[in-house]
Amino acid sequence: MTRVEVLKDLMHRFKEEIVDVSDKSPNRVYIEIKPQALIKIACHIFKDLGARFNIASGSDLRYHMEILYHFTIEDIDLLISLRVRLPKSKLVIDSLCPYFAAANWIEREMHELLGIDFAGHPDLRRLLLSDDWPAGVYPLRTDYQEWDKSAIRDRGV
Amino acid sequence: MKKTIVPIGPYHPLQEEPEFFTLTVEGERVVDIDVHIGYNHRGIEKLSEMKTFDQSTFVIERICGICSTSHPFAYTRAVEDIIPVEVPQRAKYIRTIIAEGERIHSHLLWLGLAGHFLGYNTVYMWAWKLREEILDVMEILSGNRNNYAMFKPGGVRRDIKSEDIPGVIKKIDSIVPTLTMLKKAVTDDPVLAARTKGIGILTKEEAINYSALGPTSRASGVARDVRKDSPYGAYEAVEWQMIVTQNGDVFDKAVVRILETFESIKIIKHCLLNLPDTEIDLNLKNIPPGEGIGHIEAPRGETFHYVKSDGANRPVRHKVRAPTFMNLPTYKATVIGATISDATIILAAIDPCYCCTERMAVRNIKGKKLYGGEDLIRLSQQKTEKIRKNRGK
Repeated sequence: MTRVEVLKDLMHRFKEEIVDVSDKSPNRVYIEIKPQALIKIACHIFKDLGARFNIASGSDLRYHMEILYHFTIEDIDLLISLRVRLPKSKLVIDSLCPYFAAANWIEREMHELLGIDFAGHPDLRRLLLSDDWPAGVYPLRTDYQEWDKSAIRDRGV
Repeated sequence: MKKTIVPIGPYHPLQEEPEFFTLTVEGERVVDIDVHIGYNHRGIEKLSEMKTFDQSTFVIERICGICSTSHPFAYTRAVEDIIPVEVPQRAKYIRTIIAEGERIHSHLLWLGLAGHFLGYNTVYMWAWKLREEILDVMEILSGNRNNYAMFKPGGVRRDIKSEDIPGVIKKIDSIVPTLTMLKKAVTDDPVLAARTKGIGILTKEEAINYSALGPTSRASGVARDVRKDSPYGAYEAVEWQMIVTQNGDVFDKAVVRILETFESIKIIKHCLLNLPDTEIDLNLKNIPPGEGIGHIEAPRGETFHYVKSDGANRPVRHKVRAPTFMNLPTYKATVIGATISDATIILAAIDPCYCCTERMAVRNIKGKKLYGGEDLIRLSQQKTEKIRKNRGK
């Protein structure tokens, strides 16, 4: 399949679930989807289209959280990023880990750094933060406050 | 049989970096494995959001000492993808030269360490001696043996002088005969083959399921390489081979790395001899709002950077994903079922870089037998010695 066919097929197959498509450049496309359709679309891209899961990246956009799931289809050199927006009041999304192992660690990382819950993840232990890091403090959120008064951390320029 | 927990740690069982594996064993056989990371976590993603686009290049160069070019390379490409803009040809070639030099020394470093774990200190010495030549080359080209500081969004910081090129090529050529000898020695040695063939097999299905990257997946028959699939830099202009093997064991991973070294030499030489005569920098001033992705093939696999800009002079979000983050979880597929003495080399075979993955832990379980890293290396070396003696009979 070519790039045009892949995108056309995705639009047609998931026209109910796709909110917005931003066709950025020949190798990049950002597709915003409804959170409840994540598993269906991600599994289609990973398993049926033979894409590789690059990584997911979560960011705190002040009024909502955003997760981007990046997939690469190498044969047509296309990087598809699925964009999911979650309201701050309900930070829960289905886990992709039961469907492919590559999503395991990054979901653990987003869970502890941003405080997003992944429903159905088999093992949501901490991955990076130390054991004495207080529960409920998420370092990558915009409202993060320094909790350890004795720590010397770089505050930037 | 009674299950025993063997914690591998504290510190430097394999690569002199903080890491902690918990092996559950029955007799000699590993039945379960778990890893704790996080003790090397420096919060660089957060730090990068507090620096300007230009300063971030220096911060992320320090994520890792061995692949210190791959992160700036992916990051600058991500920033350029926001605009989007193509860097000048000469900058592309210089970037490629630096990236491939890094690949050679990184693969040689791994080969030396792998030899050391198996009790082949001759391989260790030879490989690291060759690596020294490459570090000298990098010093001539960039002024630094490591952390080259050559990259900036929009181009490169320093040019390569044409009078340096003949000397550099001579130096690179000088390692080829020894490297060929080393390749033959490693691939033909019956004891090394006995220690590494059929050990720690990662099947093609598992490699895809874990989205494994770089030599780890190419040794399992997954013919994927960012340099071929999504060409950047000067890779499209050079003729080179993607090395793919089918067995997925430790031996194949070593073979992929050794053969890739020869390809890298080919690429560097081509780029040095055909350096285009253009500008080296676009002098980017403002980064518009938007988001960009940069991915490149580092020595260990694809390095992936996502940068989001709101139009100010610093990124609002910078996600860094190093290849080991995807490669390390494959230990579940490769170590379970192996013996303790093989665990060391299997875990080392993915060429783990904990600095990049950023984290690894130390824990002491009371009352459990504690193997230090040195004990495990000793166990591994003893096994090689035993095989060697038995063959001599």
